[in-house]
Amino acid sequence: MLTEEIYRGLGLSSEEYQKILKLLGREPTLTELAMFSVEWSEHCGYPRSRAYLKLLPKKGKFKPLVGEDAGGIILEDLAIVFKMESHNHPSYVEPKQGAATGVGGIIRDIFTTGARPVALLDSLRFGQLANLYNRYLFRGVVDGIQSYGNCVGVPTVGGEVYFDPSYNGNCLVNVMCVGIAPKDKLMRAQAKGEGNLIIYAGASTGRDGIGGCSILASKEFKENEEKRPTVQIGDPFTEKCLIEATLEAVATQGVIGIKDMGAAGLTCASSEMASAGDAGVEIDLDLVPRREEGMSAWEVMMSESQERMLLCVKKEKAKEIIDIYRKWGLNCVIIGKVIKTKEVIVKEKGQIVAKLKAKDLTSAPLYNMAYQEPECLKEINKLDIDSLPLPEDFNQVMLKLLSSENLCSRNWVYEQYDHMVQTNTVLLPGLGSAVLRIKGKNKALALTTDCNSVYCYLDPFVGTQIAVSEACRNLVSVGAEPAGVTDCLNFGNPEKPDRYWYFKNCIEGLISACKFFNIPVVSGNVSFYNESPQAVIKPTPTIGMVGIIKDLKFIRTPFFKKEGDLIVLLGETLPELGGSEYLKEIHNQVRGKPPALDLNKELSLQKAVLTAIEKGLISSCVDCSEGGISLALFEGCVTGKEIKGAFIDNLEFNLREDFLLFSESTARAIISLSKNNLSEIEKIAKKYGVPLRVIGRVIKEPKLVILKNNFALIDLDLEKAFRLWRKSLESLITA
Amino acid sequence: MRWGVAVFPGSNCDQDCFYVVRDILGEQVRYVWYEETDLRDLDCLILPGGFSYGDYLRAGAIARFSPVMEALVDFAEKGGLVIGICNGFQILLEAGLLPGAMLRNKNIHFICKYVYLRVENTHTPFTNLFKEGQVVRIPIAHNEGNYYIEDEGLLELKNDKQILFRYSDKEGRLTPEFNPNGAKDFIAGIISKEGNVLGMMPHPERASEKILNSQDGLLVFKSIVNWFKRC
Repeated sequence: MLTEEIYRGLGLSSEEYQKILKLLGREPTLTELAMFSVEWSEHCGYPRSRAYLKLLPKKGKFKPLVGEDAGGIILEDLAIVFKMESHNHPSYVEPKQGAATGVGGIIRDIFTTGARPVALLDSLRFGQLANLYNRYLFRGVVDGIQSYGNCVGVPTVGGEVYFDPSYNGNCLVNVMCVGIAPKDKLMRAQAKGEGNLIIYAGASTGRDGIGGCSILASKEFKENEEKRPTVQIGDPFTEKCLIEATLEAVATQGVIGIKDMGAAGLTCASSEMASAGDAGVEIDLDLVPRREEGMSAWEVMMSESQERMLLCVKKEKAKEIIDIYRKWGLNCVIIGKVIKTKEVIVKEKGQIVAKLKAKDLTSAPLYNMAYQEPECLKEINKLDIDSLPLPEDFNQVMLKLLSSENLCSRNWVYEQYDHMVQTNTVLLPGLGSAVLRIKGKNKALALTTDCNSVYCYLDPFVGTQIAVSEACRNLVSVGAEPAGVTDCLNFGNPEKPDRYWYFKNCIEGLISACKFFNIPVVSGNVSFYNESPQAVIKPTPTIGMVGIIKDLKFIRTPFFKKEGDLIVLLGETLPELGGSEYLKEIHNQVRGKPPALDLNKELSLQKAVLTAIEKGLISSCVDCSEGGISLALFEGCVTGKEIKGAFIDNLEFNLREDFLLFSESTARAIISLSKNNLSEIEKIAKKYGVPLRVIGRVIKEPKLVILKNNFALIDLDLEKAFRLWRKSLESLITA
Repeated sequence: MRWGVAVFPGSNCDQDCFYVVRDILGEQVRYVWYEETDLRDLDCLILPGGFSYGDYLRAGAIARFSPVMEALVDFAEKGGLVIGICNGFQILLEAGLLPGAMLRNKNIHFICKYVYLRVENTHTPFTNLFKEGQVVRIPIAHNEGNYYIEDEGLLELKNDKQILFRYSDKEGRLTPEFNPNGAKDFIAGIISKEGNVLGMMPHPERASEKILNSQDGLLVFKSIVNWFKRC
């Protein structure tokens, strides 16, 4: 007899339990109940977000691929497969293993499609570093990413790190992986063809991670809850062997479908493969390789042990495929077969312990959630910028900003990641977007992740549109055409109407912006319940974007190249300080409205920049975002092999000085170019209606000088500032 | 000339080395699975970087017991050329084919970045196209690259001109600030007494194409081809 205590303990509500009774026409077995609980959890079944996810655009300029585990775009004969996923809750419980297994899980989602994983990016968020526990989390997460990513041989080429008090009690670890496959060799996560075999490959099954992702990610943390045993332990060495063996297995053409056993393990893999193939599977748990004795059936079905794959293979190819996995030193055994009835049948010691319709498991309930704008938001949106005191010393303001935790260099992080293995990394980390050449083609991929959660907190719809716009702008700045999006939507408890209001508005912003830019959302992930008694996170819809560089000669970098080159500002600066880093760091306020976004202006800017790049007119390009014009100029000066200076004597001071220098207005970029190219650029800017102003020139001396009426507002020694910028993160962690 | 690239479970720079030899150099190359025992068809064998056996226990400590390593000892004794890069270098140290050992980097973190190297001896199969004292840019990527050898051994390395690469600044000066991992005497790469086995922590295969920001590493591979032609 199953008690309320049992199903509630598994995270099911009494309505859900009643629904299960109705579907089955009987009481479920314990194993069946466990299977429902994980498949219907927010992590696997998306009952609270699916209604909106359906509305995400699936069309774009490049032909999209939308698959079971990861989607992508088609580039000539190749499929570029990518996906981002969260591992927030496990990382908060155990930062190193939580982050490491996040990396492992997303890599498996990519190579199960038959694609070789070629790049990783990490979008990370923590509470402020002044708090020692946040330092522990930050160090642990970076350590987990480096230990797993470096060993597995997939370069970690980019990402972002932000600190904000709303992540106290809930850090975010969003990991994106990109892979490349010949488009005719793509695999699906399916099981079909009666008599075909179900093969288990990889690490053995233990009690680690039972209910890990699915349960951990489906409720909020309470004080003093003991969660450690549910976090899985990663083994990147096994994963590396699993990648090579799986790609070899796919090449035999004997594989019908593959799915990794990640969240919800064998339950999820077997039922979703059967459901996708419109077939059934029968598996015998006695054949499953184990690392612990005495595991009961439900534990085997729920285990989230890492580095395991489930394959459906043609009977006649089974031996060949098993031999491949064994050559790589991995477990590989036949544990079942495809059956005609569309059921998942699980046997143990000759007894049936579960017999369910695959579709019942994969049709999680769908909930209409209540939503309501938070009452305090109107008040938070108020900001009178004219009442802000004008700083006296702009050099000091600059130094404070470029040593702040959100704007200082991330080299302490990315130098711990192997970002060059596979020898495709053309632009090294720290230069905006990552750029990877595609071997055998005169083309490259540009990759970025973006989200300003302060903007999303102040206005979720516009904030998310800005995240998409900024991702596009980052890709365009290196010479790429934006091609596809993966998203990772991180929010608080969706059962609370104000949290759900944020979710709804963010996703509506995402849908509208992607439709406007004609970019498909090919894959993604939702992470709710990111709140604790300490805080609820600011809404964080992280955008992962992939762009295509059509010719290797179009690749551009942000840094100034040549003394005498002109420095040009494209776009218009408005007095927009709401949610800015300047407002936060210098005036200690997080309020106002995010900068206004005119999607048409944004698109015009991007078109103008890309046209100029493709015509070979631009030496460097950096977009203006956090920190405004001043930080963009700083990046232009210091991110090259040697520091260049900038002499800015022609800014139009139609705004107060601090507004002009630190406003985070959208649709702007700073480019540098040879004098000879100015008239051509002016024509392009005019054609697209983009305001253009030559604001200064590149100089040899390592100084950033910004003049107003012949008075030096900023006169910065860049060698000192550069050292400060590079050392700040490490100092903040060790202080 | 025929090249081989060893593949241990957990190697992850094998395909990168293979690509440089076949696609950039245009040489004949094959993969050598760690269980192979016959290397007689090869002139040069690369032990690539990565995390053989996950670097569990200690970097290179398990891989050295692979069947291919026995064959490699024989291959090297007969004068075959061997390059161990990064994890390959660590394996050669564990196998005793090169003297010394690796400690963790002095900052106890993995370090991946471009560094400057000064070329110390150009009269070898691996460096004959470099200029003596030339400063080159090649990236490192490792956790345990802090080379250690006792003073007596170091003296021997120096006397026999076995040190090929040292970490330096852009001008070739040896300063602690530019010794990324704390290696003894700034050592980044050494050869065996007989001169046919090279171990180096930096990754020449990552600096062999213009688009990857440096072609300095290609000179290592080209030197080998050049040396082989002259013999």
